[in-house]
Parts: sequence; C-alpha cells; structure tokens
Amino acid sequence: MMKRWQFVKRLAPLMAMMVLVLAACGREDLSTLNPQGPVAEEQFGLMKLAISIMLVVIVIVFAISLYVIIRFRRRKGDNTIPKQVEGNHKLEIIWTVIPIIMLIILGVPTVQSVFNLAKDYSKDPDAVKVIVTSHQYWWEFEYPELGIKTAQELIIPTGKTIAIEAKSADVLHSFWIPSLAGKIDTNPGANVNKMYFSAPKEGVYLGKCAELCGPSHGLMDFKVKAVDESSFDRWTAAIQEPVALPSDPAVAEAFQSKCLTCHAVGDLGGPAFPNLTGIGSRESVGGILVNTDDPQYSNEGSVYDNLYRWIKDPNSIKPGNQMAGAYDLTEQELEGITDYLSKLTLDYEQ
Amino acid sequence: MSAHSHVDGQLPHEPEKATLEGRNKVLGFWLFLGGETVLFGTLFSAFLALRHQVLGGPPAEELFNLGLVAAATLILLTSSLTSVFAVHALHTHQVKSLIMWLIITVVLGAGFLGLEIYEFVHYVHEGHGFTTSAFSSSFYTLVGFHGAHVAFGILWISLLIIQLAKKGLNTTTAPKVYIASMYWHFIDVVWVFIFTVVYLMGKVG
Amino acid sequence: MAHAHAHTHAVKRHSGLMDWLTTVDHKKIGILYLLAGGFFFLVGGLEALLIRIQLWKPMNDFVSADTFNELLTMHGTTMIFLAAMPILFALMNAIVPLQIGARDVAFPFLNSLGFWTFLFGGILLNVSWFTGGAPDAGWTAYAPLAGTTYNGDHGVDYYVLGLQVAGIGTLIGGINFLVTIINMRAPGMTFMRMPMFTWTIFITSALILFAFPALTVGLAALMFDRLFDANFFDPSGGGNAVLWEHIFWIFGHPEVYILILPAFGVISEVISTFSRKRLFGYSSMVFATILIGFLGFMVWAHHMFTTGLGPVANALFSIATMLIAVPTGIKIFNWLFTMWGGSIIFNTANLFAVGFVPTFVMGGVTGVMLAAAPADFQYHDSYFVVAHFHYVIVGGLILGIFSGLHYWWPKMFGRALNETIGKLTFWTFFIGFHLTFFIQHFLGLLGMPRRIWTYLDGLGFNEMNLISTIGAFLMALGTILFLLNIVTTAFKPKNAPADPWEDGRTLEWTIPSPAPEYNFAQTPLVRGYDAYWKEKMDGHKGMTPAEPLGPIHMPSPSILPFFMGVGLFIAALGFMYAPDWGDMFDGFKAGYGVGIFGLLILFGCMFLRSVIDDHGFHIEEEEILKDKGGKA
Repeated sequence: MMKRWQFVKRLAPLMAMMVLVLAACGREDLSTLNPQGPVAEEQFGLMKLAISIMLVVIVIVFAISLYVIIRFRRRKGDNTIPKQVEGNHKLEIIWTVIPIIMLIILGVPTVQSVFNLAKDYSKDPDAVKVIVTSHQYWWEFEYPELGIKTAQELIIPTGKTIAIEAKSADVLHSFWIPSLAGKIDTNPGANVNKMYFSAPKEGVYLGKCAELCGPSHGLMDFKVKAVDESSFDRWTAAIQEPVALPSDPAVAEAFQSKCLTCHAVGDLGGPAFPNLTGIGSRESVGGILVNTDDPQYSNEGSVYDNLYRWIKDPNSIKPGNQMAGAYDLTEQELEGITDYLSKLTLDYEQ
Repeated sequence: MSAHSHVDGQLPHEPEKATLEGRNKVLGFWLFLGGETVLFGTLFSAFLALRHQVLGGPPAEELFNLGLVAAATLILLTSSLTSVFAVHALHTHQVKSLIMWLIITVVLGAGFLGLEIYEFVHYVHEGHGFTTSAFSSSFYTLVGFHGAHVAFGILWISLLIIQLAKKGLNTTTAPKVYIASMYWHFIDVVWVFIFTVVYLMGKVG
Repeated sequence: MAHAHAHTHAVKRHSGLMDWLTTVDHKKIGILYLLAGGFFFLVGGLEALLIRIQLWKPMNDFVSADTFNELLTMHGTTMIFLAAMPILFALMNAIVPLQIGARDVAFPFLNSLGFWTFLFGGILLNVSWFTGGAPDAGWTAYAPLAGTTYNGDHGVDYYVLGLQVAGIGTLIGGINFLVTIINMRAPGMTFMRMPMFTWTIFITSALILFAFPALTVGLAALMFDRLFDANFFDPSGGGNAVLWEHIFWIFGHPEVYILILPAFGVISEVISTFSRKRLFGYSSMVFATILIGFLGFMVWAHHMFTTGLGPVANALFSIATMLIAVPTGIKIFNWLFTMWGGSIIFNTANLFAVGFVPTFVMGGVTGVMLAAAPADFQYHDSYFVVAHFHYVIVGGLILGIFSGLHYWWPKMFGRALNETIGKLTFWTFFIGFHLTFFIQHFLGLLGMPRRIWTYLDGLGFNEMNLISTIGAFLMALGTILFLLNIVTTAFKPKNAPADPWEDGRTLEWTIPSPAPEYNFAQTPLVRGYDAYWKEKMDGHKGMTPAEPLGPIHMPSPSILPFFMGVGLFIAALGFMYAPDWGDMFDGFKAGYGVGIFGLLILFGCMFLRSVIDDHGFHIEEEEILKDKGGKA
C-alpha cells in the first residue's frame, strides 16, 4: 500500500511539470516561457539550462529516495540492528564534486549573461531612448530625443533596441514585460536604473508592476506596443500635433477646469498626471480596462464604456489612486468628456 | 554553585570565573559584544552611505570642532585605563581600590557625556538638527547610540559601586564588575572608530 | 556541591498560573513557546486562507485591496517571526539541554525574559488589527512605501516596534543557547559528539547573534524616520531607499538559514533514529552546517538583483549563492545514505522527515535557479518566488517542525501523539502543500507577479489559482487534524516510557518522559557520539553517572521577565501614539509620559534583578529518590 502511494506521490509532480512545460507555455504576450524578444530569449535560455540541470538533480534524489524507502523498510518483527556506518569518503567526495561541476556549467553562462544584459545603450544613436517613470499606479514614458511624453502605453518600433532609464516618482515599483524582458526596479531619488530590450515582431505585450507599491499594485499594468518603423514615425508625428478642445463649450469648460488641471492633451494642460493625447486609440483605459468591441470579461468593453467607467468612479477600478475624488462632474459633462476622449485618437497604424 | 560561601580572603585569583554562573556570564557577555559589533557596524554603514547628503545643513568639515572631540576622546580613553586598574584591583581582591577606580571611571564617563551633550546642543544651534538631512539623522543616530551606551554604562557601574560597598567582593559581584569593565572597553573601542570615521574623515571631506 | 548542605534555601515554587508566569525552567518555557508560536501559526494560517480565498477566482473582491495588503504583510511577518521562530525556540528549549546532558540553560532568567518579550512583541504587532489597520507594506517593509509619506497611519509603527520588542527576545535566546552549548555540556560530550540537532541550534544561535542586530538598527532607523522625522530612507531628505533593502536583507538572508538549519537538525535526528542507523557522514554534516551558516551572510544581495546594483555585484552574488547548493547537497545525500541499509519504520515523525527530503530538494533547486541573476530578472517578485520560498519554509521548515513535534512530543508531555491521526495529518498536509505551491511556480513563469490583490480574467491564471486555493484548504485540514490529535492525546494517561521509540540514540531518551525539573538526577558520563545508543550496544541499561547522587541547585522563579515584557509593550504604545494623544502638560506629550512609564517598569525590573541576589534553591536527595522510585 505504502509502496504504491509513495510512487504516485513522487511521480505526480514530475508528470505535471512535463505536461505543463510541453503543452502550455502561456500567453505569447505575457509568459516568460514564450519569449518574444532577444532579451527574454536569453533569459529563457538560462532558465532552460538551469531547469535541465536541476531536473537531473531531482531525478537522482527522487530515485534514491524511492529506492531506499521501498528497499529498506522495516519488516514486521524485524529486530536486527543494521550496520552502523560512519560515512564513506569516496561517496562524500562524489556528491561534493559533482554539484560543483554542475554549478560551473550553470555559473559560467550566468556571469556572461549578467554582463551581456548590463550593456548600456543609452549613448547608442540607433537605440530609442525612453525614460520610464513609475507612479502610484501608472507608468509615464518619456522619449527625451523626440520630446514626447505619454502614459500607460509604450509604443516602440520593431527591431530597434529600446534603451530604458527607469526611476520612480514615489515608492518602489518594478518594470516588467515578461515576454520581452525581465524586470528592473524603479527607485526613487538618484538610483536610476538602465536596461534594454527589443521586440522583433509587431504586437501588443503586457507589462506589469512587480514590486508591492500599494493597494492597486496588482492592477498597475501597462502595454508595450511594437509597430513597424514607419508607423512609429507616424505616431511620433501625430502625438505632437495640437489637439482641439471639445466642440461643446460647456464640455470644453468642464474639461479645461476639471481635467486639464492635472492631465495634458496635445500642448494643453499639466504634466503631473497621465498624458491623455491619443487615449482613444490606446489598448486599454487605466492600464486594465481592455478596449475591445467584443467584450468577454468584466474588465473589457468599448473605449467609450471603459472611459465612462473609469471617469465615473476611478477608485472602484484602481483602489487608492489619486484621481478619485479630485473632481466633480455632472452626468452631462461626464458623457461629453468621455465621448470627446474616446474620439481622441491617433491615426498611425496601417 | 555555592555563590556566597566565600569571604573576601578566600577568593580565587579570578573570582569572576570561580563559578559556572560567572563563566557563563563572561562568555555570554563576550557574545553579546559580538552582536553589539554588528549593531555598530550597521550604524557605521548607514552613516557612511548617507554622510554626504547634507542638504541645507552645514557639511561635516565646517561643523566639527576637532579640539573638543579630541578632549572627549582623551577623557574616554583614560576611563578605559582606569577600568583596567579596577579589574586589577578585582583580581587582587582590593575592594576599596576597586571602588575608587570605578568611581573615577564613572566620573570620567560623565565628563565625556557632558562634552557630548554640549557638542550636540552646539550643533543644533548651527542648524544641524536631527531632522535636517540624512547626514544629520545618521550622525545623531550613530553617535547618539554610542552616547546612550555610555549613559547606560554610567548607571550600571554606579549601581555596581553601591552593591560592592554593601555586599563586598564575592563570586556574585565579581563577574558583574568584570563584564561591566568589558562593556566599558567596548564602548571605548567604538568611540575610537567614531572619532576616526565620523570626525577625522568628516574633516578631511 | 561540597558546600551544598551548608545553605539550603527555602524552596520557592509556585503553582497554577503563577507557575507559568514565573517559570525559568527551560522545559516549561519550551511549552510556552509552543503554545504562543502555535497560536500565531493558526493566526498566520488564517491570514493565508483569506489570501487564497481572495485569489481563487479572477477579479474577486472578497477582501478589499487595503485589507489584502495587510493580510499578506501580516501573514509573512507572523509566520516568520511569531510562528516559525518561536516553535523552533520551543524545540530547542525543550530538547537541547537534555541532549547535552545539562540541568538547565546558562541563563534561565534571560530565557524567560526572551519568551515574554517575544510574546508581548507578537501581541503588540497583532493589536494593530483592532486599532485601525495592520501594517501593509509587506514583511520586507520596503521604504518609501513603509514611510510616513505613503503610510500615514500606525500600521507600520506596529511592525517596527512589535518586531523590535520580539527581536530582543530572539537575540537573548541566541546568546543563551550559544553559552549553554559551549559551557554546559556533560562530561565527555565533546563538540564532535554533540547530536546533530544541537549542532544546528548552535549554528542557528550564532546566526541569530550576528544577524538580528542588523535588523535592530534597520528597525530603529525606520522608527526614527516614522516617529521623529529622520531621513534615513526618505529620498526627499537625502535618504536612500536602497539602504533599507541592504540592511533588511543582511539580516533577512541569514534569517532564512536561522529557520532552516534547526529543521535540518530535526530531520537528522529523526531519520537516524527511525532507520536504526548512525547518521551518515556526521562530520561532513557538521562541516556543511557551519559552511551554510557562513555563506548565509555572503549572499544577501541575491534578493536585490533587480535593484540595480550593477553587473559585478550581481555576478558575485549569483556565484556565492550557487555555492550554498554544495553543502546543502551534502546534507541531502547524507540523509539518503543514512536510510540506505537501515531498517526504516514509517511512523508519523519519520513520514514528515522522509517527505521533507525530496520536498526540500525541490525548494533547493529552484533556489539555485533563482541564483542565476539574468533569469532572476524574470522570476523575481513573481509567483515563482512565492512557490520557491514556501517550498523551503513550509516544505522544509514546517515539515521539519511537524516531524520534531511528533518525535519529541512524548518527551515534552509524557504522552505520545496518536499515530493514525498523525499519518492522516501528514498525508493531508503534504498533499495539500504540493497542491498549493507546486502550481505557483508556473503561475510565476506565466507572468503573475506576487503580492497582487487580484488578477484580470483571461490571462490563463484562473485554473491554477483555483487548484492552489484547494490545496491551501487541504493544508488547513491537516493542521486541524494535528490540533485534534493534541486534544485527544491530552486526555490519555501520561504513560510514555523514557525511550518511547525504543531506538533512541541521544541523551534525552535516557531520562523519564517528561523530564523531571532537574533533568538528570545524576549528570551522565558521555562515552561517544550517539551516547545512549553506544551504552545500549555495549549492553548497558543506562548512562554511567559522572557524579554521585546529591542535592541539585535550581534557579528561583521570577515574575520580573513578565513585567519587563509588559513595560516594553506599554513603552512602545506610548511612543507610537504620542502624536495623537495630546499633551500631558504644556509642551510634553502624554504619549511620551506613557512611554517613559513603560521604560521605567523595564529599568526598575533590571534594577531589582541586579540588586537582589538570587541564590536559587536545592532539590534534596530524598525528592530525587522519590521521583526515581515513582517511575520505576
């Protein structure tokens, strides 16, 4: 009875691991096991190497465990005293030396990769520089060379190296795009961090905050959208064009006095909070309300619906965010502003 | 085990180690000082990491008055010497001399503490308050932790002087005096590091 | 001892509640640690269940985001500081003096003080639930989130002061056991004859001694930042948030080994006893333990690979961390080869121990994976890390604790736990554990960050989170079975023999269960490693005494440690609430008055302790003989 149990118990996790590894590597835009760029690929390579070495260790240990558990069980009424062995130098040397060899196999590429991923592209003229500033609970992306500041959605040209300078405006956060690159903390003060990544394929990749930063830490998502180079150029041009205020003067008044005090559109408004230019063509509202015409989940909806939900009660979407309670809108103003924002699009994709 | 069966004349040469309790105390206190070393090591690290963050306050090279600090150093080092004499008196079982040296140690310690308080008050007037900058916070924390140790030592040794006067020297009081002396040496050593790392390095820049 | 008869003191013994409040007996203090640690284990477990209920489905709102952060912070803090460590202290108090043939610990009074400061620190931390919000910045309390700018209420104050008070107790315990093990061993018990559990406690105590002062400084600095507007970690005042990470992990990483080494010790004892075999490679086990303890201080920055320390630091800390796998591997294989050729019996204690070995290996290999810094950029702060450290702490430490508790229960309480319920406990807990945490590796790899209140639907996290939650309930069931076992066992007759497993190898099995107040009627003479086993094999019934029967000197009980704990508790509350409570008289805050009052209680007790000589009392030969007779 015991024998069979032990057997099942020990094999079950192994089987489960194999099944999971082989069958499901997770979403292409989110999983570290399904890398979409060279940085994540390099990291995945190291993960695969480590997992293989560790599987060897696990198999050996499990096999010996299983063997001794079955082979050396005490039979009923057995009162013999087993031989008292002090140790065995040969064996002890073997299980000291073999792990050291395994660690060298893992350690050398680790060190290589550490230095490879620490390359500084911030002076590289071919790289796109982006200053990432994290806030409770949103992401600000500044392209210093292009004079662009945007939020929540990092638009990048495919194939180009993106040189990131990461810092925080308040508490610690961590900048993570699992399918493109591992994370880097964003620190407050002078501890600015650098990293780089690139996305060869067009697509939208999910980004996450990976350091506890307050109640809405788990909702502090962002998107990285890789577009071809000409689309990227169109985007950089489009986002710098002036933006007209809402045509309805009452809505325009409300928008100016209640939104633009914190936010910016085009060259209007303040820089302290997420820039709204082109918000109507973003993938999501607030980072988590996904814009889609075919909503399946409670966090999905049309751009208009999402904006409406968000502006009406931001605290119910992201608890503890600083927009909550900062303004007071009539239903009419709310609808007018939502409509205006949902049509605030940038036409750059073909 | 039989703590108070000895009278003065029958004490062994090292009465602090005559009983298991005494030996435990001495060893335990050595270990405690090991922990204290980590404590001050961490405080020094924090200070070193933050000492250039002066913000609006006066920087170290303008602030510190080495003459005063050197005087304080001299006083504290002298008190370390007098506590050595106290332990010598302990080993030769001269209670009166022991008490005298302990009193001198305490008085010197109080003198040091007085100078430190004067120094702190002076700094606050110079605009170097506890909340001024990361430099000032870590300075007061490091030096203040040391000062608090000195103050505690003064109270402790004073209490031991009274006990010695009342109970005399025996295998219960001897370990107490001995570990108090170890403690006193330790805070002197810490001060030497503070003098070097905080004041001398601060003056040099 | 020669003078003993000349000055027998009146026996000061209390009974009932007063006995427990004043006891300085390490065995009773061990039981107190077990009760308090067990209670906090249940509290932390409840918090874990609430976390898992919140995460069982996407976009759940079972608890609010604020409450969730409080739960995850308190779960981590409680489990590490108030559950795992105290239960280890319970085992070390109950067993180490017995294993080295000592009548007591080196500092019985301090032992009691350590317990009461831990308990009052733990209570203080948990009071926060009832006074407007528990700490919510994670058990790591990273600044600036833990600073007043982003955490204006008192939650983190409770964290800082509660841990500071509890930490005093831990530090005292560490020093106490170091001195006990160095100075109080029975004749013949050389260092290289010490049981493995005692060895691991020895190294753990050394780690406590050198790690906890760093936490003390970190907490003091954070306290100054919060209560007195200092600028250690506040960037706007020139402070540095990364400094907190360094200080925290210089303490925090050794803390991991403080927790796991004693579990290694338990496993070594249990596997050896129930395989009826000497521990394989004892001296390499000792060496590996020392090496792990030493390396434990060299690797703290592997918790900070993503902080931005630069490639040189990351490379060095990667390699240093990987090195720890070598001594750990030595231990694993030594355990397997202890079983090899043995005669293994699978009772509950040994099931937990044997289950520990492969489980801990799984936690260990993910540890090596995490050590590779570039890969860690992906694993860090994801559920992969959550899975890893739960494999090490639950799959390692908690399985070890369960094993040790089943193993030493008869020695602590005189009654053996029920084997049937015990085995049920093992299987539910063990399966529940793997169900909860194995799947979490994959959640992390698929992109789920840790410490998130909820997750969006459609990301592929749903099923795995549900499985994890089901596993958590199975673990809870296992814990309830264990409690049931304790309760039913408590009503059984107190009839455990001295050596209930019949294969006992070490000194604790040579004396009655539970051990008498003085442990050993006569101090035993130790003639080799596995002292009792050696006597058994040489055909002796028990140990050769190293001294004649005589009166035994015992330390007096004292209520002072209890009041010192109370004093610290009052002082902490006073200083914490000083900004809220207004002035006592002009310009002097009432809170400071309360705080100073608490400190006066503390220093008053210290004064009394110094001035009043405690001569203890003696247990006379007649009483010892009566004990012996009663047992025979």
